[in-house]
Formats: sequence, structure tokens, C-alpha cells
Amino acid sequence: MEIYRSHVLICAGTGCTSSGSQSVTNAFERLIKEEGLEREVKVVRTGCFGLCEMGPVVIIYPEGAFYSRVEEKDVEEIVKEHLIKGRIVKRLLYEESLDKDTIKSLNQVDFYKKQMRIALRNCGVIDPENIDEYIAMDGYKAIAKVLTEMTPEQVIDEVKKSGLRGRGGGGFPTGMKWEFASKSKDDKKYVCCNADEGDPGAFMDRSVLEGDPHSVLEAMAIAGYAIGSDQGYIYVRAEYPIAVKRLQIAIKQAREYGVLGSNILGTGFAFDIDLKIGAGAFVCGEETALLNSIEGKRGEPRPRPPFPAVKGLWQKPTLLNNVETYANICPIILNGGEWFAGIGTERSKGTKVFALGGKINNTGLVEIPMGTTIREVIYEIGGGCPNGKEFKAVQTGGPSGGCIPAELIDTPIEYDTLVSIGSMMGSGGMIVMDEDNCMVDIARFFLDFTCDESCGKCTSCREGTRRMLEILERITEGKGRETDIEKLETLAKNIKASALCGLGQTAPNPVLSTLRYFRHEYEAHIRDKRCPAGVCTALLQYVIDADKCKGCGICAKNCPANCISGKPKTPYVIDQDKCIKCGTCQDKCPFNAIDKK
Amino acid sequence: MKMISLTIDGISVQVPDGTTILDAAASLGIDVPTFCHDPRLRPDGACRICVVEVEKARSLVTSCSTPVGEGMVVYTDSPSVVEARKEILRLMWANHPYNCLTCEKAGNCKLQDYSYRYGITDEDIQLFAGEKKKHEIDDSNKFYISDQNKCILCGKCVRICGELQCTNAIGRSDRGFTTHITPPFEIKLETSECVSCGNCVSYCPTGALSAKKPVKYREWEVKRVDTTCTYCGVGCQLQLLVKDNRVVGVEPVNGPANEGLLCVKGKFGYNFINHPDRLKTPLIKKDGKFEEASWAEALELVAEKLSETRDKYGPDAVAGLSSARCTNEENYLFQKLMRGAVGTNNVDHCARL
Ligand SMILES: Cc1cc2nc3c(=O)[nH]c(=O)nc-3n(C[C@H](O)[C@H](O)[C@H](O)COP(=O)(O)O)c2cc1C
Ligand code: SF4
Ligand code: SF4
Ligand code: SF4
Ligand code: FES
Repeated sequence: MEIYRSHVLICAGTGCTSSGSQSVTNAFERLIKEEGLEREVKVVRTGCFGLCEMGPVVIIYPEGAFYSRVEEKDVEEIVKEHLIKGRIVKRLLYEESLDKDTIKSLNQVDFYKKQMRIALRNCGVIDPENIDEYIAMDGYKAIAKVLTEMTPEQVIDEVKKSGLRGRGGGGFPTGMKWEFASKSKDDKKYVCCNADEGDPGAFMDRSVLEGDPHSVLEAMAIAGYAIGSDQGYIYVRAEYPIAVKRLQIAIKQAREYGVLGSNILGTGFAFDIDLKIGAGAFVCGEETALLNSIEGKRGEPRPRPPFPAVKGLWQKPTLLNNVETYANICPIILNGGEWFAGIGTERSKGTKVFALGGKINNTGLVEIPMGTTIREVIYEIGGGCPNGKEFKAVQTGGPSGGCIPAELIDTPIEYDTLVSIGSMMGSGGMIVMDEDNCMVDIARFFLDFTCDESCGKCTSCREGTRRMLEILERITEGKGRETDIEKLETLAKNIKASALCGLGQTAPNPVLSTLRYFRHEYEAHIRDKRCPAGVCTALLQYVIDADKCKGCGICAKNCPANCISGKPKTPYVIDQDKCIKCGTCQDKCPFNAIDKK
Repeated sequence: MKMISLTIDGISVQVPDGTTILDAAASLGIDVPTFCHDPRLRPDGACRICVVEVEKARSLVTSCSTPVGEGMVVYTDSPSVVEARKEILRLMWANHPYNCLTCEKAGNCKLQDYSYRYGITDEDIQLFAGEKKKHEIDDSNKFYISDQNKCILCGKCVRICGELQCTNAIGRSDRGFTTHITPPFEIKLETSECVSCGNCVSYCPTGALSAKKPVKYREWEVKRVDTTCTYCGVGCQLQLLVKDNRVVGVEPVNGPANEGLLCVKGKFGYNFINHPDRLKTPLIKKDGKFEEASWAEALELVAEKLSETRDKYGPDAVAGLSSARCTNEENYLFQKLMRGAVGTNNVDHCARL
């Protein structure tokens, strides 16, 4: 094996790829070759480092230099200065990682300090397309242990002991699920992995698949052993081409190495995995719709019972877990369930990965121990809202979750606590909102999503979400009626009580939670025809402040609707009936005399 | 068989394990409303009108798809159940044309019936007034019309066509609010795989699928006459709908041979019944010309000729050929007649020709 003096780790996740990490990688490879360093320096394409906001991210070891927003043109300087002369290029370092003149270790950087990486342990560390690197990080050690030292019951016991709960949204205890599936008697059983990840803005599972695909394969094989199955399916959305490719490579390598196939590690245990590519319908993340889709049917949910553990894929007992759930399995097997149960809180064990997005400085991926407060995530890890704006609320659980207001910022992140305040853990999307977000508009946004993604099978969701959306639309357009809030509330209650699947049952949550914490905003829209955050254009007015207006007429010249009039040197006036609310006048006024109300 | 005890609306009942709440309630004479349920089909849980309250359950459950459990306490008519059902009806009405007045289904429509049962008012119907679906009516099929504007998307037609008729001609297409029933790729029914059996039409709970009617009739104007289909030997049970002594339609009956299904001939091939050219009495040829005769006369003549031939030339001089349009039972009787009464094995059937 070659020994290299330096390793250049370049993120090849989706975030950094879209900010140009591929060309950066090419440049590194080219220049390293030109300089004749290819036997000394190794370039590794890794999975996501989490700090997507700062991408493309390049980390050079052994120094641990964390370069951020590296562009192709910067590569030459890094190669010449850092790799050849040993002088770190300070101007390109991630600012946070620099402490006076020394480089902090990654764990000391604010963004990473509060994090704890279990599911993401190998992301950004190994080359996901090289099974040897996975093996070097204790990969396939857990399956070896399971097959040679443990009975299926012991495996299930260990998972139960860990207290691991499903990371796909529902939070069902994973060990219990495995036990149900193992108890169903049949000649064929299946192990499925839910990699549909449809929450807008969420990319936890994608990062695991892109950065550490073998950890999911290994865990599925362990699950197969535990429940008595020899066939796995990973249902992954077609919009994740990098994840699909890495999985394909990983499966091929795992078969070659004998850790998947008809005789795993020579023990006689057989387990293989195939990919099923989904077309990206949100509802196909729902477990029974996912099974229908794998079977080649229309992706719509089936009534439960029967539950998949009894009658799942092709009516056979089926275990379905989320990507991140699987990513926790190998560490649990290797370190023991008790170790895992020692992390987190009483009823929520271990860590959870969140995709931080919206109005936050450090957008990206974070893995934190359960029980971390929202405040720690937003301020200490996420760096607060940009431009000094005031934090207003955070949506967890995506379109199925709810808005948590600023006054509850000290709530610990736990399954049951989040539900009790009207939201939910969900799969890990976290969308931060600041003072400029209108909460009615946010609810409308999520309803628009669910309404669009409703599979159309059941009446409550298909028709009900549409009517909720119509009511929200008219409120944001200033046409809200006095009875609308009550209508929303009863519709929400009835849809939750009677919809067929989780999509419909949770679709009203964003409305209910915003009504609970921001009712006054709804009332302001309906009664005062006013949008307090100044978002709903139909309710906005651009008004010229006569005291500030110098009568220069620049606004009138620029107004595309020709609705500003006045005489030079006297205050101008906007004709509100004709104004199209484009905001051009406000942008152009040299005296800041135009207010948005 | 394992029996399960539960309480429904305060009444204790024991039913076999695996029974649905819907069937358990029915055994007590409680009629829970359903749109998408059909005992012949796998439960689908689409319409949600059959929801009931189960103590300790997280939400309401659909009685058509949920099996009973030991000690379950079920309410089929509690305030939250009634409210949920009314909401579903209101939502259906918000997306349904208001033309019961002239709809073919009036009087036999589940949406009407349940709206009546739950006291749906004008205000309920208008409560969620908003966008309504707009679909072109597909009347390309010779025998029936599909008006998706009246469809409540119970999905029964799709499941009947797929699970029972095994043709799979139609399905749900699109998603969310624009979901509708159509053959693949939005082609017309006429050019689809549809074999015009009309089994979907017979079970559509609303006026979305309706038979083309040569004679207009109202549900309450017709007399229903039970009979056996005359087209083939299966013996499908059906009802002739008779108005003013004229057959104006056919509905399948759930008989042992057909389980509520018919084919295109049984369902739609009834117009010949009223055709002026149709023979209604036997004809006997006299002096080279057919003349109408009574059944007694005709049978007498046939019996006489048959006996005569048999006596003169022996039984094997006679051969019998029966029709595929007779029922199985009739064919059985026919060979019995040939073998027993005539005494020959020369008996065959047109379907073998
Ligand atoms: C509308 C809807 C969408 C869902 N989408 C996903 C998804 O994208 N990924 C996922 O893992 N689980 C999703 N779920 C949850 C799954 O139904 C299922 O509970 C989960 O995959 C089980 O795995 P776990 O126990 O490991 O969480 C979704 C559920 C609903 C109702
Ligand atoms: S709740 Fe919505 S997504 Fe789920 S089955 Fe009903 S229509 Fe489909
Ligand atoms: S008429 Fe028969 S074949 Fe045609 S769609 Fe209906 S059930 Fe299917
Ligand atoms: S056409 Fe009739 S049977 Fe088919 S889904 Fe619509 S209402 Fe139901
Ligand atoms: S009859 Fe039960 S859901 Fe339709």
C-alpha cells in the first residue's frame, strides 16, 4: 500500500458538486501531476462535510487545513504554497477555523463543536467509492461480529437496548420493528431502505448515501440476518444521481468482497441488495406507497393493517427503515446498545442529523445529540440569522411538522417534546425563519406543497388540503373572511382524523402550529388587511413620505406602471389602484422617502 | 375458528377473527355508510366515509379495512364520526356539479342518499365552494359514458376492472386535486383496452359512469325482474329493469355463477327484446309457409315426429344438437332427454362445432 505524506479531501457531495468541486478536484489532480507529486499527495473525493454554505470544501491533512469556497483558480496557489512549500494559504481558510495564527481542530470550530457524528461518522472522511477505506474505518466488522458471534435474537436485543427510534419521521422504536418482522413466519421476507427523502430542503439521507454508502449496505445485511431475509431493496429517488451511482459502485464492490451475496464472509448467510429508482413523488416516502412503487404499481398508500412487518412487499413480511436509521446500526453493534443509549435523553437516544436551511448563516448538515436545544442549533452551530435579523420561528418536520416560535427556543430536540409543542422531529429538515417571514405565507407554502403532493387517493386529503390552500391563499391576498380561521381549524381537525396516510394526517400541522403561535398574524391579514411581515404583496402599499420627498421625480420616471405623479419640487403621490407593487420606486428613491406598509 | 369479542355502540358481539368492523357492525344491523367498499374487492380505504371511532385509537379508523380486535370498543355514530362524515360529504360537494335534477343516477346515488342521511344543507354544500374540476365527458364508448366531473374517486371502477374483470383498462391518473379516472395516456375509452363489460358502470356509486339509455327512465319508474342471462351457459344472474312493459336496462345480481359480474352482452345486449322482428311464438310450417303456433302445439308436433322417427328407424337415427345459449342445467336436461327418452348417444353442442 502506498503511503502518502498529504491527503487532500475534497467534498464530492451534491452541495459542493453544484458549487464546482468537480473542477476543483480536476485542477488538483492535474497540478499535482504536473508538479510530480502524485506519489506523495493523494486526492480523495469524499462525502459531505456538512458546511455546504462554505463549499466547495477542501481539507488537507495532516495539517487539517479547512479551505472553504475554493475556486478552480485558487488551486494553483494551494498546490504551490501549501503542498510544495508547506505554507498554509490563510486567505482561503474557513475563517472560523483560524484562531489567531493556529488552525483549530475541526472539533473546535463552532459549527462542529456541538456536533457528534455517528450516522455521519465517515462522511467527509473516506472515499465513498472505495470499499477499502470503509473497511479501514471498521467497516464490515459489525456484520462479521453478528454472523460469527451473535444470534438473530441477540442482534435484535442489542438494537432494542440502544433505544434507537426510526429517523424517517415516525420515530417508531427500531428494535421493536425488527422483532415484529422477525416473528412473522414466511418463506420469503424483505429488508427495504427508504431513501426517498422528499421533504423540501432535507438532504440528510442523500449525504449518508453519497458519503458512506457501505454503512447502509452493511446495516441492511445485519437486519436481514436478524429478521431472516435474504433480499434487500433500496428505494432511492432518481433526483439523487450521485447517491445512485455511489450505491451501485458500493453494491458491486461489496459483492466482489463477499460481504453481499450468497455466502457472506464464508458463513453461508445469503443476502443481496438491489436498487429501485423512484420518480420523486413525496408520497412514495410513505411506507406502503413505497412498497406499491417497488412492486411497479401506482405510488399510493395502502390501508394499514396489515402492516408491512406482516404483509409488505408482494404481501411478504417486510422491514422498512430509513437511511439514517440504518447508518446508526453498525456503531450500535460494535459499541453495544448501552453505549448508544448513553447518548441523548430519556426517550430519544443517540444523535439526529438535521439539514439547516432558510434564514441561517451556516446552512448545511449537522448531527447533534438528542436533547440539544433549538437555541444551540440556531445560534451556536448555525450562527444565527443573517444580517442581524431577529429569529422568529423554525419549522421542523417539513410539510408534516410545525413552526416552533422564538419563545420556545430553549426546547430540547426530542421526539415527544417536539410533538407536544405542535411540531415533530420529522426526517430532519430545519427551516429557519426571521422577522421578514410571514407565517400565513409559510403555512400557505407548505399547504401548497402537500396539496400538490397528495396522491389523490383519499377524499380528506385530496379535497381537504385543496380547500385549506384556497382559504390560505385568499387570506394572503387580503380576501380573508371572518369565518376563515374557524373553517381552517375544523377542516384541519377532520383531515387529521380521517385521512388515509401520514401525508394527509399531518398536512394541516403547519397551519395548526402557525395558528397556535401566530394567530395575530392571521387576524391582521383578515381584519386589518395587513401583512405584519410585509410579505403578502396584495396587502402591501408603497407610500411616499411627504416629509422626506424632495420632489425629484426619479420614482415616477422608473415606475413601470406609470402610476406616480406630482410636480417637481413638491411631494409625489402613488396611485394605489394602479400600483403593481414591484418595489422599483423604493429601490430608486435617493432619499429613502418611500415606505412599504 | 377463533372468535373475537368487542362492543359496537354499546352492544357486545362476537365475530370470527379477521372480520372487519364494518361486517361486525352489519351483523348487528348497523349500516355504516360506504362508497369504496365492495366485499368482492380488497379493502382500499379511499373514500373515508366509513370511519368509526375506536377507543384508544390515535385517529378515526376506516371500518371497511380494519379488522376487529379483542375487547375493542367501537362507536359508529359518535359526534366526531358524524362530523368527519359530514365534512367528507361537504368536501365531495365542493367538487361536484349540482345537477341531481337531471342526473341519470338520481334516486340510486350514494352521494344523494348519504347527503340525505346526514342532513347536508345548502350551506354545507357551499361551505368550501372554490375551484371545481373540469373534465371533458368521454362518451366514445358505445354503451356507457364517463363524466369525471361527477366522480368522487372511490376507485371502485378501477378495482373492479382490475381485480374482478382482470382487464385493467382504467386507473387513477395525475395526483392531488387533478386526480381522475382514465385509460392510460388519457386515450378515449373506445380506443382503450376496455371490453365494455360495464361492470364498472354497475357499481359506480354516483352518476360518473352511466349506461347509455335507449329509453329514458327514472330509478323509481322501473320494475326489477330477476332472471338468468340467455346469452351463454354460465347462468349469470341479472335483473331486467322494466318500464311500461319494456326492458330498458340490466343490472347484475350477485348470483353464485357470476358474483355480480356480467359481460357486454348480458349488460348491454337487451335491445333485441323489444325488437319488432323478434320471434315471440313458435312457427310451424304449413303448406310451405311458417305460421304462428302455441307452445303446446309445437311441442306436441316435435314429440310426435321424434317418436315416429325413433320407432321407424331406431333411436340412432335421431341426433340432438343443443345451443350454447342455453344454461348448463338446460343442456344437462337436453342430453338426459336424448339418452333417456330417445335412447341415443347422438347428442352434441354447438359450442363444439
Ligand atoms: C408522506 C410521507 C412521506 C415520508 N417520506 C419519508 C422519506 O422520504 N424517508 C423516510 O425514511 N421516511 C419517510 N416517511 C416515513 C416512512 O413512512 C416510514 O415510517 C419510515 O421510512 C420508516 O423507517 P424508520 O422507522 O427507520 O424511520 C414518510 C412518511 C409519510 C407519511
Ligand atoms: S392522505 Fe393524501 S397522500 Fe395519503 S392516501 Fe390520502 S390522498 Fe393519498
Ligand atoms: S367496462 Fe369492463 S373492461 Fe371496460 S373499464 Fe369497465 S370494467 Fe373495465
Ligand atoms: S367513476 Fe364511479 S366507480 Fe369509478 S371512481 Fe368515480 S365514482 Fe367511483
Ligand atoms: S368504504 Fe371504507 S374507506 Fe371507503
